[in-house]
Amino acid sequence: MTAAIFYILSAAALLATLMAITRKNPVHAVIYLVHAFFALALIFFILGAPLVAAWEVIIYAGAIMVLFLFIIMMLELTPGEAARGPGWQRWAPVILLSGSIVVCTLLLMTAEPQAGPGGPNFYASPRDFGYGLFKEYALAVEIVSFQLLFAAVGAFYVGRGERTRRRARGDER
Amino acid sequence: MIVPLEHVLIVAGLMFGLGFACVLARRSLIMILIGVEVMINAVGLALVGASAFWHNIDGQLLVVLLMALTSAEVSISLAMVVYLNRRKGTLDADAYNEMKG
Repeated sequence: MTAAIFYILSAAALLATLMAITRKNPVHAVIYLVHAFFALALIFFILGAPLVAAWEVIIYAGAIMVLFLFIIMMLELTPGEAARGPGWQRWAPVILLSGSIVVCTLLLMTAEPQAGPGGPNFYASPRDFGYGLFKEYALAVEIVSFQLLFAAVGAFYVGRGERTRRRARGDER
Repeated sequence: MIVPLEHVLIVAGLMFGLGFACVLARRSLIMILIGVEVMINAVGLALVGASAFWHNIDGQLLVVLLMALTSAEVSISLAMVVYLNRRKGTLDADAYNEMKG
């Protein structure tokens, strides 16, 4: 049962990725990629990583893809394309992917909890996770936090406005 | 483990190939970044599958570190995209083929 759900979700993730990388409109690509990430999060849950699944949804689908959407909208990259073909042709992949993901979620919620704590399969509880992350890999966490700080500084430097740049050169008057 | 590790690795490999094809074939900077995202997620899937196969939590911890690094990479690369678009007014990767600053 759970194995069948895994294969369905894998097909959904690969199909969504294929649709994403062939779209002309970047907004459509991002929406398909969000579908792929949802399917991937459910696969992570099946493989015994509930916390990673939650972060896949929160960080990737929620933060990074929304950042992509912001940039696409800010730069006005969407081509004003005319609608071609009947409407169901454009909506069919989205409805198919969303429906399969929702159905798989409901099946996983109602299925026997094979991947729960104490089951035969591997399951990483949040307690084990935090223990490993902040005890064994505390140095890596610190280094990653430094990297995030550097990225924030770098993004601010690259994205500073023309006014700040002129002031830095000293010809603002 | 519910499914064999080979199948997880096949799915991850296919997804990595799709992302790689996207990076190679598309000419828009945004689509190239989306291809990089797809590749990083494929690597995460392989790591989680390996973590479930060996009953070891290290793979999942690596995925979390990978997510943090990805968010850093995306923030700075999107800032670069905005900067390049401001300079030349296009996001076609072929427009940035000279190195003169």
